[in-house]
Amino acid sequence: MSIAPDHDTRVRPAATREEDYLWTLNFGPQHPATHTTLRLVLKLEGERVVDAMPEMGYLHSGFEKIGEHLTFNQYVTVTDRMNYISPMANNVAWHHAVETLLGIDLTPRCKVIRTIVAELARISDHLLCNGAVGLDTGAFTFFLYGFYQREVIYDIFETLCGARFTNSYTRVGGVSHDFTPLVIEKIRTFLRTFPKTLNDMERLLTRNRIFVDRTKGVGVLTKEQAINGGATGPVARASGVTRDLRKDEPYLAYADYDFQICCAAAGDCYARYLVRMQEMRESLKILSQAIENIPAGEVNVGADQRVARPTKEQVYSTIEGTISHFELSMSNRSFEVPYEESYAAIEAPNGELGFYVVGDGDDTAYRARCRPPSVLHFSLFPQLIRGHTLSDVVAVLGSLNIIAAELDR
Amino acid sequence: MTTDPSPTADILDTLVARFPGLETSAYRGQTRVVVGEPASFEVLSFLAAAGFDLLVDVTCVDYLEYRGATRRYGLVYLLASTATPRRLTVRVFVDDPEPAVRSVVGVWRSADWLEREVWDMFGIRFVGHPDLRRLMMPEQFTAHPLRKDYPLQGRGERHNFPVLTREDG
Repeated sequence: MSIAPDHDTRVRPAATREEDYLWTLNFGPQHPATHTTLRLVLKLEGERVVDAMPEMGYLHSGFEKIGEHLTFNQYVTVTDRMNYISPMANNVAWHHAVETLLGIDLTPRCKVIRTIVAELARISDHLLCNGAVGLDTGAFTFFLYGFYQREVIYDIFETLCGARFTNSYTRVGGVSHDFTPLVIEKIRTFLRTFPKTLNDMERLLTRNRIFVDRTKGVGVLTKEQAINGGATGPVARASGVTRDLRKDEPYLAYADYDFQICCAAAGDCYARYLVRMQEMRESLKILSQAIENIPAGEVNVGADQRVARPTKEQVYSTIEGTISHFELSMSNRSFEVPYEESYAAIEAPNGELGFYVVGDGDDTAYRARCRPPSVLHFSLFPQLIRGHTLSDVVAVLGSLNIIAAELDR
Repeated sequence: MTTDPSPTADILDTLVARFPGLETSAYRGQTRVVVGEPASFEVLSFLAAAGFDLLVDVTCVDYLEYRGATRRYGLVYLLASTATPRRLTVRVFVDDPEPAVRSVVGVWRSADWLEREVWDMFGIRFVGHPDLRRLMMPEQFTAHPLRKDYPLQGRGERHNFPVLTREDG
């Protein structure tokens, strides 16, 4: 190995092999700096990492198998538990995939509402990810600043749908709760107060000497490696890949808003931090445009499409509403699902989160494959850490934002 | 609604000219190509060279109980391009008793863990994969849990795993 610094050849007998100087360290599955349940077996020479062997599966709960036994609306509760840092984004991704398979066109109001919750989820995800990078490199205040704002977003979600953490907010063809004036007011307050915290956070860390030294030039991922290794989201964009599904394949209402894709060229941990910080500002831009322009009208698709439950008023006063309510309530009559399959993805905070859904006539997926961004990012870990020191492991791991629940499913 | 923003027609024409007999279909704007197992590696490397530089996903569907299905396992390769926003789905069908297909790790590194997951969950062997171990299930596990003939509640494997106590840990 040429990575290690030059050794004093006088003390090393010529006959010993290189491996004799290596030692193995087991990192995880239960370790505060892995944040979630994942394991690394590190091969070290002194403090320098010669090789790393990532292992996963400690949190495997058969989500994809469960997806073949729960209906499209029930499975949303399982998607909450995939990337539990931003469950709203998972909800949106899952029902986006189901609606693509069924060919449902959402109402304009629903599109905007889903865009708003997805962007709030992105902010809360980036706050935790960057906060954790700061925490692991010794910046505790930064983490608390971020976590306080996450609480504000949790409060918004609680007002919106009653759940703070596992929201299960979307439904096929709509959402579980429409926006109320109170929710809109809380989001407006957040949009007013959050930029100040974001500025404070940037002042705390972006030019902090210790943080910059710990992250700059550490864990460099080149553009070629990023594309070839399947990296998406902020990890790929920090390496110069200008791919953002919100721009490239505009879904929901993203085509209507003015925002930019945040990219960096360096590809190191610091670049990933910067991209995430900047993406929060772009999300704020999207949110402030969206919250002031929520279209009026129904939030769920109409009774004629027979996928979303009609309102009580429709059930009692229209024949379409009564029939639709009856059909959706009976277990032997559900909505029509084609014998087809399709893939649809959204730009989740972590990268491309997609679902490959196979329909077989009833409202349970025949196959519900989740394309998790974390798996591909975690598989990049060995090539990022080789040659760095043991203390850089947490910086690299944190900047990849690997969520084991999404990794293992 | 996801639509194919930049049609893949030009690539498809070259592909069909190069490999005659490919079945293509489209659903909801997504183009799919069905490739026979012997040619899968050539077609996929051709597509990688033709601009599909991002392998988004490798997964599989077990069509054991599917209406009208004649072949059991349908592999799904989701390809995308980072330069232009276009996608293509490549399907490769394999059957029991020895489902196997050539690995594409040499073309896209991202296939490494994705193929390991398919091997783990469906038992499809990827010939030429450098390190085809299980990705999620423990090494002692013998079944492939996402196959349709594997029950939702498992077969009780968990109770038979050796327990590591504090004393012998």
